[in-house]
Amino acid sequence: MSGGTRLENANPVIFQRSGERLLTASEEDEDVHDPIDDREIFDMIRSINDPEHPLSLEELNVVEQVRVKVNDAESTVGVEFTPTIPHCSMATLIGLSIKVKLLRSLPNRFKIDVHITPGTHASEEAVNKQLADKERVAAALENSSLLEVVNQCLSRSI
Amino acid sequence: MAEDSTLVLSLVEEFVSGLQDSKAKDAAKGVKDGQFTILQLVEALGLSLTSSQPQTRARGVQLLSEVLQEIYGELAEREVELLIAFYENRLKDHYVITPPVLQGLRALTKCAALPPGSAVSMLRSLFQDVHVQSLMLAERACVYNMLINLMETRESELKGLGADFVFGFVQSMDGERDPRNLLLAFQIAKNIIHRGYDLGKFTEELFEVTSCYFPIDFTPPSNDPHGITREDLILALRAVLTGTPKFAEFLLPLIIEKLDSDVPSAKLDSLQTLTACVSQYEHKDLAEFLEGLWASLRREVFQTSSEKIESAGLTTLTALTSCLSRSVLTSESEDSLSNFLDLILKDCKHHLCEPDLKLVWPSAKLLQAACSASMRASHIITAAVMPSLVEQYTNRTQCSHRRTLLEVVQRFIQSVTTCQSDSEQSVFSAFREPLCSMVFSALSESNSSLQITATSVLTSLAQQAGLLSDSDIELAVDHMIRLLLTEEDERVSIAVIDCAGALAELHPAVFIAKLIPRLKREMFSEPMDRDNREASELHSHQAVRQRCLSVLAAISSQPSVVQESTPVLLEVLSSAHTGGGLFSVDEVVSACQSLQKIAKQAQDTEETGRCFHDVIIPRLLSLALQAALQDEGASGGRSPLVEEVILSAMVPVISTACSRLQPTLAGQTASRAVSLFLDGDVSFLPDNSFPSHIQLLKKQQGDSWSQSQMVCLLIGCVCSLPRSVEVPQIDRLLSELEDMSYTCSHPLSYTSAAKCFAGLINKRPQGDSFDDLIQRTMKRVFSTLDSNSSSVRIQAFTLMIWVAKALLLRYHPLCTALTDKLFSLLDDSDLGPMAADSFSLLMNDSADVLNRGCHADVRIMYRQRFFSENSAKLVQGFNTAPQEKKSNYLKALSNIVNKLPKQVQVTELPALLSLLLEALSCPDQGVQLSTLSCLEPVLINPPPALIQQLEALVSRLLALITSPAMSVRIASLRCIHALSLFPVHEVLPFRARVLKAMAQPLDDKKRLVRNEAVKARGEWFLLGSPGGR
Repeated sequence: MSGGTRLENANPVIFQRSGERLLTASEEDEDVHDPIDDREIFDMIRSINDPEHPLSLEELNVVEQVRVKVNDAESTVGVEFTPTIPHCSMATLIGLSIKVKLLRSLPNRFKIDVHITPGTHASEEAVNKQLADKERVAAALENSSLLEVVNQCLSRSI
Repeated sequence: MAEDSTLVLSLVEEFVSGLQDSKAKDAAKGVKDGQFTILQLVEALGLSLTSSQPQTRARGVQLLSEVLQEIYGELAEREVELLIAFYENRLKDHYVITPPVLQGLRALTKCAALPPGSAVSMLRSLFQDVHVQSLMLAERACVYNMLINLMETRESELKGLGADFVFGFVQSMDGERDPRNLLLAFQIAKNIIHRGYDLGKFTEELFEVTSCYFPIDFTPPSNDPHGITREDLILALRAVLTGTPKFAEFLLPLIIEKLDSDVPSAKLDSLQTLTACVSQYEHKDLAEFLEGLWASLRREVFQTSSEKIESAGLTTLTALTSCLSRSVLTSESEDSLSNFLDLILKDCKHHLCEPDLKLVWPSAKLLQAACSASMRASHIITAAVMPSLVEQYTNRTQCSHRRTLLEVVQRFIQSVTTCQSDSEQSVFSAFREPLCSMVFSALSESNSSLQITATSVLTSLAQQAGLLSDSDIELAVDHMIRLLLTEEDERVSIAVIDCAGALAELHPAVFIAKLIPRLKREMFSEPMDRDNREASELHSHQAVRQRCLSVLAAISSQPSVVQESTPVLLEVLSSAHTGGGLFSVDEVVSACQSLQKIAKQAQDTEETGRCFHDVIIPRLLSLALQAALQDEGASGGRSPLVEEVILSAMVPVISTACSRLQPTLAGQTASRAVSLFLDGDVSFLPDNSFPSHIQLLKKQQGDSWSQSQMVCLLIGCVCSLPRSVEVPQIDRLLSELEDMSYTCSHPLSYTSAAKCFAGLINKRPQGDSFDDLIQRTMKRVFSTLDSNSSSVRIQAFTLMIWVAKALLLRYHPLCTALTDKLFSLLDDSDLGPMAADSFSLLMNDSADVLNRGCHADVRIMYRQRFFSENSAKLVQGFNTAPQEKKSNYLKALSNIVNKLPKQVQVTELPALLSLLLEALSCPDQGVQLSTLSCLEPVLINPPPALIQQLEALVSRLLALITSPAMSVRIASLRCIHALSLFPVHEVLPFRARVLKAMAQPLDDKKRLVRNEAVKARGEWFLLGSPGGR
């Protein structure tokens, strides 16, 4: 291909988007308490944009509903994400975007754990460590150029 | 005469030495009025023109030029010749004299009496003696205007100049920078190209001097007084660059280069220019650049970052391909179209074999863009890709892959449709068999999205004229029947119903022969042993029936199908009436809805009209009447047809048929219905075994309502007629309806009577008798309302509202009295809340009467008119009302404002804002909700008045996000979301406060509320943050 910048992975596999969550009668009932469930967390992160492609993380299968675990009673959330290729240089950035999205969208009683699906990335441990370190996450968000990329991933352009 | 010469001398003196500019006007007037001639003026100028001071000479020429600008129309040819010679000579003079000289020349170019040859000589001296680009802005414009003027009137002379003219122009505009002048220069260049001036050896120069502005990069200053937009310049330049195939060899490489740019607007402009230019080109102009162009287009679509650029790229590819398709093949030239398509196929076809990768869609889109260009292109491409798509489909086993492949096929079929004429054989006829087996195999899969895609492919295939054979259609119908009867997924049945509708329009016979009898059998099949059936099975049986009812409606657009399908639906009704409990109330309602849908979509033929007016409507009336009478007599099981829901569902069937099918027959229906309701004439009803003393509009004994409520069917028969159709016995009908609306105590009966009355008076002609009628009605209504002890106040109120609506819609002046009464009722202790709610009735379109579909007299913008006449009264009423009545006013206000068009809301908002903010803090949840729903659309484009009240708005909205009502919480969060899109500097101060307050709804117990909170909070986080807003 001539011209333009070359992408790391120009022709990735595309997965189907899941449809909108179906509305149940109990969700419309004023008196019923709806617990926060896996699907609700997945809905928060599935439409995050990929930093490279005009595609969502769901379409690239970076996030899947089965890799989202939430326990509303104990206030914990665990998300595993899978980079499209083992050497993807964007892994940290994607993880950071997921983390920031959850921090902004969940009540602060939740403990949020975001990490790479085991065995899917070359520098898995290093990335996990960065994402788990509260101070490093906070410091990363002080960096305005990094925050800019994260915010772009979280804007609803698609 | 001597007097005149002194006059002219003094004018000259005052202008030249006295520097009084206004004297030019006087001089022009003098010449016009014949006080002196232009020659005398020149003589008088003599001294100044020969002065040794260049300034004085300039001033002299200026006077002459300004006079010429006024009087150029009156000059004789001889005068013009002399003046031109003078001016040409002056061009060689000092530079300060050039500006007035150019002005004078420009005036002369507008002369009708320009002597032959003078245009050429003028331009020769201009190009020779003046360096245009060292002139000031206005003088350059002067030169361009001269050229434009001469091109309009002296085209043949200018063409005689040959390429010199082009060269002169190129030199003049070379380096022009001002957008105003550029527009003029582009216009000249366009004229040169489009009017066939000889470019000679200066083609490239003309291209260079214009193309250096491509792509246009210009942003008008914010206080731009000239109103030139970027778009103006782009279009003007595009007209030049794309005007002639002679530019092809220069333009195409330029476009390829600019497409490489990183600036999206440059890409877009390049693509659009390319699309425009190829419409003029032939294949030989394009030949050597095809590979480069293709590479660029492919890159733009494969790696696209914006939909706009992608779709522009695809349009360009279509344009390129159709240009190549136009070329005439000779024996020695190579076939450039097939070469180009080979190029595309080589790069794209293999991606179609990877249905799960990203590039499958961009490749498919490119191929389809080429496909849609011409018949030849579509033949070549489909021949190349169809076999491999079909093969792929059989080899792949994953449903998602198969679905993608089917969708690709679907898009190919659609893209071919655009370039195919009906008479030709379908491009796909060679692939009929494999395509059909693909579709049918997909329909037999269990995956619902595959089935849905297959139905739309089937629809597209069926729309290819002459492609599918009768046996294919029969097979398709079999598949549809199977899916309708067995498939549970609602999306699949909707898709099948759509597909059936499309196919039935093209092949009605197959549907009549196969589908309708089969569905009928299914619907009327009695469950074998009802007690043993599982609840779920019973449920699915009901679902099947619902689908059958919808599909019967969907397929009925051809008269022949209507003849067969409507009897089945009517049978559902009569079977429900005779009892046995075979059909539930819901199913009967659906049957009525299906009938209405048929009335709405069927072709308006005599046949269909007779079917509705002679069969269906009498049958409906007869069934309803039987049910009503039966109820009267027997104490046993009531027929379901007296249920309000069913009657209300019958009304639209009748009114739709009366409003759009066969006006003469509708008139007949109306007169039959009137004689039934007024005189008990039952002769036209089928199964006629009715007693002879029926009086449907009179008060029944013992307050029985089963007959009186039938008046709602009368609405359908008489209120939706076209205005050309007379309703017989109208006066008697009106007076009985009015009486009835007072005497009945059954809500459906008196409301229907009031509606029917209103529907009729809305269409009555203007005049004294009409006014009398209204006056009488009003008098009775008011006196009833004013007596607090009256038992029929609610009835009177209902009648008043409907009459008010009927008059409001047609701008009748008497309406004001009624609405004033309505406002005063807002304070009424019993009727107050009802009055507040009734404003929504006034402002909304009503479904069954008084709407445009019913041919009612509805003036445009009646809502705005009502609002502007009454908003002040409302505000005043609110201010004076006692505290406990204020909420009625707020509710009334939000009911009115909610229905206003957005532009009006925005302009009226400032006046009402304080009231609306008040409404937000009103404890009534209904008021809160309707106020929020009228605020939300306004917030998308906030008027300045709202921004000034931001503080009050934000605190009231934040208070509502903890409301006990879920709907209020959701609506307020949506409004807060909308606030985040306000100008950043206005809302940024609230960011921290909003983010903090929104932490709470993130933990709301309702998921729907949390979803809104997540969306809104996400947007507020982006506000003022890098990469956000």
